[in-house]
Amino acid sequence: MALLELDGLQVSYGAIQALRGVSLEVHEGEIVTLIGANGAGKSTTLNTISGLLRPHRGTVRLEGHDLTLVPPHGIVARGVVQVPEGRRIFGRLSVLENLQLGAFTQRSSHAIREGIAHAFALFPRLQERAGQLAGTLSGGEQQMLAIARALMARPRILLLDEPSMGLAPVLVEQIFEAVRRINREGTTILLVEQNAVMALETAQRGYVLETGAVVLQGPAADLQANPEVRRAYLGQ
Amino acid sequence: MFGGAAVYLCLVGIVETFSRRWVIADVVSLGHVVLLAVGAGAGYVATMSHGEFARRRGPLAALAAGALVGASPAALLVGGAAIDLRVMFINASPQLYQILALGHAPAAAVPLLVALGAAAGLAGWALAAMAPRARRTLLSGLVVVLIVGIFQDLLQLLLQGPAVVTAVRGAVFTVDGPSAGGAAALCVLTWAVLAARGRYDGALRRATASLSPGAQRGLQALRWALVVGLLLIVPIAGGPFVAQVMVLVGLYILMGLGLNLEVGFAGLLDLGFVAFFAIGAYTVALLTSRGEHGIAHWSFWAAVPAAMAVSLVAGILFGIPVLRVRGDYLAIATLGLGEIVRLLVLSDALRPWLGGSFGIVLIPKPRIDGWELSGPRELYYLTLVASGFIAYVAWRLQDSPLGRAWMAIREDEDVAEAIGISLVTTKLLAYGLGGAMGGVGGAIFAVLVGSVFPQSFSLLISINVLVLIILGGLGSLWGVVVGALVLVGLPELLREFGDYRFLVYGIVLVVMMLFRPEGLLPAAAQRRELHAVDDVPAGEPASAIAVSGAGSAEA
Ligand SMILES: Nc1ncnc2c1ncn2[C@@H]1O[C@H](COP(=O)(O)OP(=O)(O)OP(=O)(O)O)[C@@H](O)[C@H]1O
Ligand SMILES: [Mg+2]
Repeated sequence: MALLELDGLQVSYGAIQALRGVSLEVHEGEIVTLIGANGAGKSTTLNTISGLLRPHRGTVRLEGHDLTLVPPHGIVARGVVQVPEGRRIFGRLSVLENLQLGAFTQRSSHAIREGIAHAFALFPRLQERAGQLAGTLSGGEQQMLAIARALMARPRILLLDEPSMGLAPVLVEQIFEAVRRINREGTTILLVEQNAVMALETAQRGYVLETGAVVLQGPAADLQANPEVRRAYLGQ
Repeated sequence: MFGGAAVYLCLVGIVETFSRRWVIADVVSLGHVVLLAVGAGAGYVATMSHGEFARRRGPLAALAAGALVGASPAALLVGGAAIDLRVMFINASPQLYQILALGHAPAAAVPLLVALGAAAGLAGWALAAMAPRARRTLLSGLVVVLIVGIFQDLLQLLLQGPAVVTAVRGAVFTVDGPSAGGAAALCVLTWAVLAARGRYDGALRRATASLSPGAQRGLQALRWALVVGLLLIVPIAGGPFVAQVMVLVGLYILMGLGLNLEVGFAGLLDLGFVAFFAIGAYTVALLTSRGEHGIAHWSFWAAVPAAMAVSLVAGILFGIPVLRVRGDYLAIATLGLGEIVRLLVLSDALRPWLGGSFGIVLIPKPRIDGWELSGPRELYYLTLVASGFIAYVAWRLQDSPLGRAWMAIREDEDVAEAIGISLVTTKLLAYGLGGAMGGVGGAIFAVLVGSVFPQSFSLLISINVLVLIILGGLGSLWGVVVGALVLVGLPELLREFGDYRFLVYGIVLVVMMLFRPEGLLPAAAQRRELHAVDDVPAGEPASAIAVSGAGSAEA
């Protein structure tokens, strides 16, 4: 059984239908990427998994349990945690406070301390800036903080929405390295990206989304080799 | 421009009203101070507008600006003698001219006024040219004298009793007000204290820091004991009037703590907060009144928890319709909800139960074992205990998981939801607990007045409470206390200045928002945001900033 399973998801914003029956699966331990152009419905898909949006048809299942009626905080508590698009960190709070808030669903202070230590091990830059206001971090550091904050909730599956957005190539490389490491340490990852090159290099499998529907899917290597993908997303 | 301001202050009657109050008996009145301050302000601005490098022209410009300010009332004096300005300005009275003439004949007064204006302007230049630290010290001394002048009645009242205390009073005050010697002594004393602090502050801080943890805790306890002791003797030393004012301040502190929970902690704007105050008051009224509307004849002590419970539930109900509303719309929605409560208690349909515009009367005072808490002093202690308790609850809440959830939704609702916070529970608890705190205030208000009327629960109260928490510093508990003292306490104590106190008030508020937008005693997050750019040296960790910021806030 898949860890996370979307089945025929349809989501609308008023009259605009953003998802027209999206189905995909993520298995335990995988990195799966969801690529697509602007407005394809990638963020909408993630927000529906997190419970921030409700599908009018279709289901989201975690290990077979239907999540569509679970409130967003309940979904976080079940181990599905999203890193929102555009590095939404708490800018007026310090790095440390951001991490502490990320652990909101954790009750034991021991677990919180361990989580912070883990986050700092993953991103040493954050440790150097623990007391700094998150809003004054650089773009790359903010993305690291956003990921670290999501990890504080000890997710089983991490939903990443365009972590490479607006970052220099060196930083993108660092972020993806961290993503691979998080995955190696046991967290399943669903990675939404426009940067298809990096995403397909990192992931094991991928889905291509176009105007609210999955048009291609398969192992990342196959997608990389696919002529249509090469033309539309890899710029070749 | 400043000359115009001086004439304006004369013509609207501020100078005349303020002249009845001596800052230094028979020498300088508050009216004079206002005019001199305008002159000095003109000099200061004139200097500053010339910039750092035009030092030499600074004093000349300031001198001219000040003289111009002095010339304006002089012109008024001359003009007023020639034509009767009272047709248009009823405040252009002979008394005003007398004040402006400084006891001389008009002809002699004109050059004197110009000279005084020029001197004030020069003083303004001196202030501008001074080192900031010296300027602060100098002004602090003068402000202390001014404060003593303004609150002389109160201070004289407080300085009664033991011989030592009366001796101090004799030294500083004459029958008419502070004596010249006393004022000078106060000023010098302030300077001395400030200078000493400037010199020994660092050493003192290092000394306390090096104490053992036990000793530090002792010091902390001592500080608290001092605060509590002071609070306990306020009504005894100040008499019933001060106690009465402090009860009012206490009620606003209770409301402020409640609203601060909603607006300051959780970032949920609420312009209808008076609703909870009303609900608390009406609950107590209904449950205890001996009149026709009383339904239970409970004791006050049983009615207070009930009032809290009812306003808690009301807060939750209040929150439900506005759960999905954000920003500007939230302001309007809460405004409407607040008005609904007032209209309900005012309505004729509910008159048989709630008394309509006649309200509910005959609310008995609280009793402890047959002893009635009826006077302002007794009610002061009741309010003190209630606000102390509520402040403690708010303080504990701030550091609880719920408090952190509030902080998260204040900063970013969407992200808060994404990290696993239930917006529904968190918001409804903010409205509910905030409402319950306002309800306690209402409960005490009901027994303080002995009756409740719909008219007491106007929108103005909601606005006042909101202003006081913003003034004090959103999200800061001490800010609520200071805000209530400044916004509610001061106007009561300054009654003799009539409606001008509100004008002064408006000015103070605008100036505050310009120069200290984070409030008087801000909470850490607001302070960091609003001063992040200019205060934060690169690389300094935020915790260190918070500490130094707290130090300056206490200063
Ligand atoms: N709040 C909203 N209200 C109305 N329409 C929306 C809303 N959010 C998204 N849409 C629409 O839904 C469609 C999918 O949007 P979505 O944000 O999921 O795209 P995306 O694939 O994440 O794009 P990008 O790569 O630019 O982030 C778009 O056509 C968009 O205009
Ligand atoms: Mg998107």
